[in-house]
Amino acid sequence: MSGADNVVWLGTPPFPEAARAALADTRLRANLRRATGTIRDRRLAVTAELDDWEDLRETAAALKRRTLRHLDRHLLRLEETVTAAGGTVHWAADAAEANAIVTRLVRATGENEIVKVKSMATQEIGLNEALAEAGIRAYETDLAELIVQLGGDRPSHILVPAIHRGRSEIREIFRRQMGKWGRPAAEGLTDDPRDLAEAARLHLREKFLRAKVAVSGANFAAADTGTVVVVESEGNGRMCLTLPETLITVMGIEKVLPSFADLDVFLRLLPRSSTGERMNPYTSLWTGVMEGDGPQDFHLVLLDNGRTATLADEVGRQALSCIRCSACLNVCPVYERTGGHAYGSVYPGPIGAVLTPQLVGVENAASLPFASTLCGACYDACPVKIDIPEVLVHLRSKAVEAKRRDRILPTPEALAMKAAGAVLSSPRRLAALQRLAALGARLVARDGRIGVLPGPFARWSGTRDTPAPARESLRAWWRRTREEGRTTRNGKSR
Amino acid sequence: MRIALFITCFNDMMFPRTGRAVTELLERLGHTVEFPQGQTCCGQMHFNTGYRPETLPMVRRFSKVFAGYDAVVTPSGSCAGMVRDQHRVVAAQLGDAALTEAVERVVPTVYELSELLVDVLGVTDVGAHFPHRVTYHPTCHSLRMLRVGDRPLTLLRAVKGIDLVELPAAESCCGFGGTFALKNADVSNAMLADKMRHVLDTGAEYLCAGDNSCLTHIGGGLSRLRTGVGTMHLAEILASTEGSVR
Ligand code: SF4
Repeated sequence: MSGADNVVWLGTPPFPEAARAALADTRLRANLRRATGTIRDRRLAVTAELDDWEDLRETAAALKRRTLRHLDRHLLRLEETVTAAGGTVHWAADAAEANAIVTRLVRATGENEIVKVKSMATQEIGLNEALAEAGIRAYETDLAELIVQLGGDRPSHILVPAIHRGRSEIREIFRRQMGKWGRPAAEGLTDDPRDLAEAARLHLREKFLRAKVAVSGANFAAADTGTVVVVESEGNGRMCLTLPETLITVMGIEKVLPSFADLDVFLRLLPRSSTGERMNPYTSLWTGVMEGDGPQDFHLVLLDNGRTATLADEVGRQALSCIRCSACLNVCPVYERTGGHAYGSVYPGPIGAVLTPQLVGVENAASLPFASTLCGACYDACPVKIDIPEVLVHLRSKAVEAKRRDRILPTPEALAMKAAGAVLSSPRRLAALQRLAALGARLVARDGRIGVLPGPFARWSGTRDTPAPARESLRAWWRRTREEGRTTRNGKSR
Repeated sequence: MRIALFITCFNDMMFPRTGRAVTELLERLGHTVEFPQGQTCCGQMHFNTGYRPETLPMVRRFSKVFAGYDAVVTPSGSCAGMVRDQHRVVAAQLGDAALTEAVERVVPTVYELSELLVDVLGVTDVGAHFPHRVTYHPTCHSLRMLRVGDRPLTLLRAVKGIDLVELPAAESCCGFGGTFALKNADVSNAMLADKMRHVLDTGAEYLCAGDNSCLTHIGGGLSRLRTGVGTMHLAEILASTEGSVR
């Protein structure tokens, strides 16, 4: 899978650059800090309530990894059961194929507009844009997605795509844009959350009642029964899933679970990890079609788009266990400062930093695995125990290897690392360097601190003093005070 | 007990006083400390930046130089974490069976300072005296890789004269992250700014941690702003006695 025909990557500048721009936006930082802080605290409180939380995590992690090992089998079973229940299954190798399938299905209905319940998979493949090209208008119905769509914006959080927007910004977007998409916002709209919600309700109701076709995502699908599951908070999704005549679900192939019974553990883990609720308000389950009730035509599009390639990587594949709860985003100190747009992908934050490079090829998103301090907070928060730091470091080495392969001349960093490696693997060379550094530092340091440094260290030394190397290294001190004139024992001290 | 000191390359050159403090402290508690001169570096910088093959010679050297001691102690949660979690990975991926065996033998003997004191030597009161207001930052790797928990705080609480104050948002990362501070300098600075604000809120004279790398980052910021707040490694506070001048 090449990066070119894969839409996950939105082509923004590399992370450090995009992050710099985001950091300059103080309103963004305040919004993020407030929002992530609130969800973080709520999550801690509700997970602490369960004595078996750690067991649940362990069970879920094991179940996901086992499922991934036999993914082909579970998917074929899912195809069987969905078909038996009156649905139709489509297989899409990449974004282009998935978009073509959905466009063809919508066209066949003769409709030129659809409603959508939030689906990261369709954002991943750029479905709305593809439909627009075919003359089909897609309306987002999840409140936060609606805000993003009306604002001509990109989602910046997995669960709360409009997390970067404050209330007054939302009011402005509603006032300016709603009329262009359908029912306009009421005169005198305030930025009271209830007022905003009511405006969205009225605007969306018009869409729900008119729509003949809906496109949804899926949180899970059970292979043994062919049941598809969507978990949400607002009930807008349920409208999409029940009112239209045709329902098209686009689902990443990793979302399948072997059996209906497996849902139990995930439906307990997901709401607590994502919104910090004991239970989410709406969980919709549907199995094929039921005569005279709900959509009479159901299509399930199974999307690969880089997932099989990810599966082939023994360390990296754990990223496919992700249930998109966003807990890792909410605890990530880097995400908290930069927001989601800096990651240049529909999957931001720690999970984005490991998933995106794998879906598009690490050489196409080489700055993302480095967008972390490896503090480990994401690993502790993840309900399915994805060892994100492990995958980050694994992908870093792949990014470095890719550069080594593609370049004739090594990067300055590679040269520095090589030189450092030569020194650090020889005590003799290390001791010599220490003597040299101590000498050099005496020339530039003021009261044991160094001000401004050259080259790659310039940004560091712009805000921090750097301590000067010691006059005498520990190694030298030891030699002088402890070993002089003494024979070393058993050759340990070479 | 015959204990080897793994000082780490960074401490060796920049903070030898931390190594001297560990030595004084352990000798005061009646143990023999040795310093294998063949030691160099745990390889963390290379490993975490993606230069895995370059790590291999350091892993080999570590497992050879530190073989055969009752315990290996290091005043760095980060480097202890590297040895404990990653040397195995390097040995398995790039080394050979003999290296894997050597790593497996040495890894269980490697301890971060507070672990050695509390778990192996069974002391929580090391007889230190440090009459200052101190706040403690649990560095990410000691917190989440090593899970040292409140061992350092237990040790600090037993220090005579100390006024130990809690650090707000103590568990959030300071933004150092090795080469992260260079590659993503702006994000790193934003995180540093928050950490410094929390440190200043405590009114502490000293910020204490179990890793000089994080302390260099935070201390460098505190020094640039001329806050007057000092940084001190856990070992140095624990090594202080009534007689020593601090
Ligand atoms: S990686 Fe884990 S914590 Fe992050 S969104 Fe996925 S399941 Fe949630």
